[in-house]
Amino acid sequence: MTAAAHRSAVEIGATPQGPREVPPLGEQRAAADLSHVDTVLGNGLRVLAVRKATVPLVEVRLQIPFAGDDPMHPATAEVLAETLLTGTRRRDRIAIDTELALIGGELGTVVDPEHLAVSGTSLASGLPTLLDVLADVLTGATHVDDEVARESARIVERLAVARTQPRVIAREALQRRRYGDHPYTREMPRAEDVAEVTPEAVRALHGQAVLPRGSTLVLVGDIDPDTVVGDVERALTGWESDRSAAALPALPDLAGGDILLVPRAGAVQSQIRLSAQALPRTDPRYPALQLANLAFGGYFSSRLVENIREDKGYTYGAHSGFEFTGSKATVQVEADTANEVTAAALLETRYELGRLGLVPPTDADVESVRQYAIGSLLIATSSQGGLAGQLSALAAVGLGPEWLAAHPERVARVTTEEVAQAALDFFAPSRFTGVVVGDADTLAPQLNALGGVTVERPE
Amino acid sequence: MAVPELHRFTLDNGLRVVLAPDRTAPVVGVSVHYDVGFRSEPEGRTGFAHLFEHLMFQGSESLEKLAHFRYVQGSGGVFNGSTHPDYTDYFEVLPSAALERALFLEADRMRAPKLTAENLANQIDVVKEEIRLNVLNRPYGGFPWILLPPVLYSTFPNAHNGYGDFTDLEQATIDDCAAFFDTYYAPANAVLTVAGDFEIDRARALIEKHFGDVPARPKPHRPSFAEPRPSGELRGSHTDPHAPLPALAVGYRMSDPVNELDGYLAHLVLAGLLTDGDGSRLQQRLVHREPLVTDINAGAGLFGPFEARDPDTFSITAIHAPEVSAERVLGALDEELESLATTPPGEQELAKITARWSANLHSDHDRLMSRTLALGSFELLYGDASLVHGLADRIGAVTAEEVAEAAKALRPDSRAVLLVEPEQGGAQ
Repeated sequence: MTAAAHRSAVEIGATPQGPREVPPLGEQRAAADLSHVDTVLGNGLRVLAVRKATVPLVEVRLQIPFAGDDPMHPATAEVLAETLLTGTRRRDRIAIDTELALIGGELGTVVDPEHLAVSGTSLASGLPTLLDVLADVLTGATHVDDEVARESARIVERLAVARTQPRVIAREALQRRRYGDHPYTREMPRAEDVAEVTPEAVRALHGQAVLPRGSTLVLVGDIDPDTVVGDVERALTGWESDRSAAALPALPDLAGGDILLVPRAGAVQSQIRLSAQALPRTDPRYPALQLANLAFGGYFSSRLVENIREDKGYTYGAHSGFEFTGSKATVQVEADTANEVTAAALLETRYELGRLGLVPPTDADVESVRQYAIGSLLIATSSQGGLAGQLSALAAVGLGPEWLAAHPERVARVTTEEVAQAALDFFAPSRFTGVVVGDADTLAPQLNALGGVTVERPE
Repeated sequence: MAVPELHRFTLDNGLRVVLAPDRTAPVVGVSVHYDVGFRSEPEGRTGFAHLFEHLMFQGSESLEKLAHFRYVQGSGGVFNGSTHPDYTDYFEVLPSAALERALFLEADRMRAPKLTAENLANQIDVVKEEIRLNVLNRPYGGFPWILLPPVLYSTFPNAHNGYGDFTDLEQATIDDCAAFFDTYYAPANAVLTVAGDFEIDRARALIEKHFGDVPARPKPHRPSFAEPRPSGELRGSHTDPHAPLPALAVGYRMSDPVNELDGYLAHLVLAGLLTDGDGSRLQQRLVHREPLVTDINAGAGLFGPFEARDPDTFSITAIHAPEVSAERVLGALDEELESLATTPPGEQELAKITARWSANLHSDHDRLMSRTLALGSFELLYGDASLVHGLADRIGAVTAEEVAEAAKALRPDSRAVLLVEPEQGGAQ
């Protein structure tokens, strides 16, 4: 590559001293306890405020249960989310953005089949303004005709872009495979529904569904939890209803079944997506299952990644992880692979699923995933934003900082035998269903030969 | 907030070290930045700097293949690496009990990485899957970071695809790897950064213990990548087999990020004025008032600011409906730039950008991984990690006239315009 003389690879890889001992770990200090207040306001909103004054900012996460079984609900909810910050009786779109910008702030909305989430951040000194804007949009958003029309048009364009993304195509196919027509599958609305959403319907949904009772508000940052709860209560005066926000009905449990091959003509890479029923965080066996999942595909040093990436080069990234929905949970196994190795990658994935139960993780394997579970949680919660995200997910299922603080101890107590039992009970290949999205002409012959795969018929 | 503590020193072998203690959480970040990125890879070897980054995770004298990942994660830590135009970084964030282990792992691969043909072949396959995932099999893959540079720039270092062509990747040899390592991965060509929960004296001793005997090698000559600015408007187009809507990217040259930092910061403020938030000029006009585009973004650097030396790119990207012509979007853009160039922005408009930058920089600082990487990259590119802590104030000091100057410099007769056209001729 360069003309200059250089050492050979063999010369580079060895020193006169030879290999050295990897140093042991030192003493680990525990994270400091954080002062917090966890309370339910008179309007039924649960507020969790945590002091973490590492930088002069505050993070805010509001989650409103937002389920609906009307076929138009996903489209109306999407337009509602996209117009929530476009104007109130007191402020127009630009005034909202200007006030937020001047406090170094942002607010954003995301809606899914379970929740409407409003997330934000600002300099801590700007919290009164942030709360004032938040209260204003919750109680006074006008969803005016022009904004509804413009945002609906943008949503249609964005949906067109999203639905060409392989990961979105695969997600929608997996949702249909797992839950058929259940409202939980409607993560993105249909473009034709969005085009039909009326401003009246958006405003009506806001009145019926943007409700405090059953919702959660998490604040993390350079704040005094004791006083901030009063500030929140005063700011949100006027956000009232006797009714509760709409929780998604419990999902049916998954059963194992054939993998569905979903055609995507001409694709140069396939998406493998497998899923099975798992356990929620409140289940006593969850910590053991968490460790079993890490050992399978939940971190880089897992059997799945070491096999299909580091040994065989079939994929850039393979991963398994949990999806928590209400009181239920599932596990997902994902890999994107080149066409010519897709069937082989599925074969190896099934092999590793079976092997996890039959040749379970050793003491050393369990020790490694235990350290990772504890350490990565410590890292994830060491920033304000990371902690706010964790607490918001926990708060939505009725848990709080106590669960987070006690989790390392729960993980520390898990035995190798408990991990082996969880692996056998939950990772058996027969428990999984799923999809492969890709070029059917190329993939079908090999996948049919492998078996346990059904080819989707064109509609 | 008090100014964070910072210690900088250099080992005898030339390795520069930045220490930034902060005991608020029991976690520690370790990074090594090497002063070589994809602008330095030779013709015929596109993508080599990134491929080599993968190889550095594949084992070293004391660590078998897979051991690096297992030691980091088995200590409760997370890791990654990334390749940029002008540098390549490797990093871990771990519970602070694993500090010495992380230093050992980085020192071992700086001293003696194991570069084998088998691992090279394996990682060529992995990188090809990465490129299929991020470029070939998705809409707007490589937009604009791979597609815009060949329109704006004329020399190989600035114009070529940093992910690489498959044919080039497949031709990489172990001897290429040895030459690249010996040339560019010298301790004198690197910066080690440690941030978070540790004691200064102990960290210094551990760094000396593990890195002190990495043999010194000459620091390679760093060539200039300078080239003249375009003398007209350059046009290019790309047909995207997956994209449902047309897109465009406009690329401009901008102030030298290192030697003209205040001018560079004025461009950052300008980018905020143009597209940050609903109240920004291009969002107001092009997304909402007229409206011509679905989304629009402006920014300095194709991977974000402070990622490259000169020349760096100021870019504006937009996705738009098929019935909207690129010329209408460009016309509106030029009018808004012209308006800013003749009438500098007001005090409140600047205050919005300054406050958001201040909050964003605090937020970056709060995440140990981004704090560690920022300190390392500023030490490498600017020779001064402490600049990170003064950035918010310097951005706050940018004047309306400087922003107007920056807007004036974004001229239609010296830029690149890339049009992305959907293969199917637009949305269904």
